Amino acid sequence: MALLFSDPVDALLQFQQALDAFRTSGWLGSSPSGSGAYPPLNVFRKGDDLVVIAEVPGIRKSDLQIQVKGHTIRIAGRKSVEYGETAGLHRRERLAGNFDRAITVPVEIDADSVKAECRDGVLALYLPRAERDKPKTIAIG
Amino acid sequence: MARSQSLEVQEKKELVSKEEKTVPARYYVPNSDIYETEDALTVVMEVPGVEKKDIDVHLENDVLRVEGRIDFGKYEGLEPLYTEYNVGHFARTFTLSSKIDQQQISAQLKDGVITLTLKKAHEAAPRRIAID
Repeated sequence: MALLFSDPVDALLQFQQALDAFRTSGWLGSSPSGSGAYPPLNVFRKGDDLVVIAEVPGIRKSDLQIQVKGHTIRIAGRKSVEYGETAGLHRRERLAGNFDRAITVPVEIDADSVKAECRDGVLALYLPRAERDKPKTIAIG
Repeated sequence: MARSQSLEVQEKKELVSKEEKTVPARYYVPNSDIYETEDALTVVMEVPGVEKKDIDVHLENDVLRVEGRIDFGKYEGLEPLYTEYNVGHFARTFTLSSKIDQQQISAQLKDGVITLTLKKAHEAAPRRIAID
């Protein structure tokens, strides 16, 4: 399914519905990594490559650690929430703590050309599929 | 809070609004912290993916309204394979109790977190009375 948006007004809703449709997908279900750990991830395909996006608001770049090897991606880090010493708290919904999550994807990743970007609290990992993992087209002689 | 505590996933809460939107898209309620110091009220909200230019902060009749819109054009050309959360705009409204100096509200955005500092009006700040 290609996400080609023709109407800019409906486009976001269509995209949200597309994301919802995949929420029940068991893609990572059978792997040892499982789901439910922080941070929640969305995995997208872009041509041959994978793009993993996670929302990590309030986490500094320097507190994030990304490792990639073969089929596995590890995202680890720490989130801290600070208040002033003398502050009286009215409401506290933001959580703090450590996290460490590893996911296994069905394609092999070229670890040397992975790009990671963290902007406005959104982490995006561009994971190119390894050349040797790509399917070969066989010409019929 | 202990440093070693592991971070749990917070399910995103969809906004249930009294007013209806004309935009056909889902809004979410940002996780927020509110704390008060002697001279200011601070509201901290998590709005991942929202850029500085897409935030509206509105204060009228003691009602503070914050709206942050995401630029989902960044997702164009991406085909979802596996998803654990949905994306959408953020909106939240608070009714403020203590008197706020409307002229002195500052907002900062860093790593997807908005920090609003609302200075208290002079008469609302606690005063120490000296005894003659």
